[in-house]
Amino acid sequence: MFLAEVVGTVVSPVQIPALDGRKLMIVRPVKPDGSPTAKTRIAIDTVQAGVGDRVLVLDEGNGGRQILGDPKAPVKTLIVGIVDYVESASGLAYDSRHREVKK
Amino acid sequence: MYLARVTGRLVAAHKYEGLDGVPLQLIQPLDERGLPMGGQLVACAVISSGPGDLVHFVDGREAALACPKSFVPVDAAIIGFVEQAIANGVRIGS
Amino acid sequence: MLIGKVVGSVVATRKDEKLEGRKLLVVQVHNHRNEPTEQYVVAADSVQAGIGDMVLYATGSSARQTHATENRPVDAVVMAVVDSWDLGGDNVYEKWRGS
Repeated sequence: MFLAEVVGTVVSPVQIPALDGRKLMIVRPVKPDGSPTAKTRIAIDTVQAGVGDRVLVLDEGNGGRQILGDPKAPVKTLIVGIVDYVESASGLAYDSRHREVKK
Repeated sequence: MYLARVTGRLVAAHKYEGLDGVPLQLIQPLDERGLPMGGQLVACAVISSGPGDLVHFVDGREAALACPKSFVPVDAAIIGFVEQAIANGVRIGS
Repeated sequence: MLIGKVVGSVVATRKDEKLEGRKLLVVQVHNHRNEPTEQYVVAADSVQAGIGDMVLYATGSSARQTHATENRPVDAVVMAVVDSWDLGGDNVYEKWRGS
């Protein structure tokens, strides 16, 4: 799993049946301090996340299929949590109440 | 899963047996600004799409699960047509 | 999947027994404009491809999803011989033309 920031939404009217009714979000993987790390992905939202939220993203198929309860779903990227805060050795790296990075 | 633009078509008459009838298309993955992200690759089009379309695709083992026959050597599959994608308040690729 | 050109084959006498009888091809990766890159992969063959063929190869655990590679220690498989492709409406490669 990795930390990411929700940066946008995707509307996909034609897609495989396993994704019907699922909300898709554009997520950008970030370090604890909020700087981007890896390639931007599309994730299935399972926790009612919104744009601007810091989230926990699962990027593994077997776990994803368990969460969706569909053993054959071709999915692997899911938002599975909304992050409240991230603590590092030097203190709070992220706090959702302030939505800002503390050095 | 990633956002991508379909850039072309590819024809291979002789391919692995379980892949007959599945179209192959070239896609360019895009980032949240709609800019190219990495190189182009070839994906199976599980839903109907064509050059110029904005789509989303899945990579890795999951790509094969999206194909009509799931025991196939496929590592990228287009699984949805994107009508609208908005990131940071800006519509991508319009 | 990525596009490549079969530029050779690998022969290895001492190898894992699960690789016995499998043809291993050296594939030079080409980009979408059919320009060769400096990247090479060794891939198992599932479609009787030969030297000079433009092919598609799949990587990762997907590569083990053919009868030729199932349960074998393989992470790349040639799964199609490319006839043609076009990009933005322009033809890039046509097998009969050889370019």
